[in-house]
Amino acid sequence: MKFGILVNEGPYQHQSADSAYLFCKAALEKGHEIHRVFFYHDGVNNASRLTEPPQDDRNIVKRWTQLAEEHGIDLVVCVAAALRRGIKEENLAAGFRISGLGQLVETGIEADRVVTFGD
Amino acid sequence: MLHIVNKSPQEKNCLDACLGVATDGAAVLLIEDAVYAATTGHPAAAKLEQAQSRLKLYVLRPDLEARGMADRLIAAVTAVDYGGFVDLAAEHTCQSWL
Repeated sequence: MKFGILVNEGPYQHQSADSAYLFCKAALEKGHEIHRVFFYHDGVNNASRLTEPPQDDRNIVKRWTQLAEEHGIDLVVCVAAALRRGIKEENLAAGFRISGLGQLVETGIEADRVVTFGD
Repeated sequence: MLHIVNKSPQEKNCLDACLGVATDGAAVLLIEDAVYAATTGHPAAAKLEQAQSRLKLYVLRPDLEARGMADRLIAAVTAVDYGGFVDLAAEHTCQSWL
């Protein structure tokens, strides 16, 4: 089954970034496909390359990058939400791309399910 | 339909709204702070016990454990792991109550 994932909250502030990641991992382990993860509102902060958590803490941004590298998942950041929060190409973490809301609509059409994580 | 609730009933009335709207046979999954509703002694637990005859009720076990509430889960609610969450999402269309 194809899952689309919508993440509306930033990392470390709220659990939704963790919940979304763990859901993606479990879905992939079960042989499902993650069609796209779309980062909207404060969720765009999941894509900041400048994030530097303490070494004994999980690195939420790097975790997404690794998931994208290992499974070829499309990580899309909403351009308007990103620019409002200072997320640009120059500080975008690897594996993410900046695009528009059309990509969320497309996921809604192409994925079998869209699961939303936020606050 | 799978209703995903992530708020404690003390914070928002999402669970009440969800239980009021969910049609017979629907599934409700409590994640994040919503897991408190499924614990003994919580005022919302009685509402879940009342709803169990017409709804399928689940709670995300890792979130229950993260809050030290694993031993207080009420019998009306079934604990699932993330794999179980994925199975529920695959089985039903999903509605998140944010």
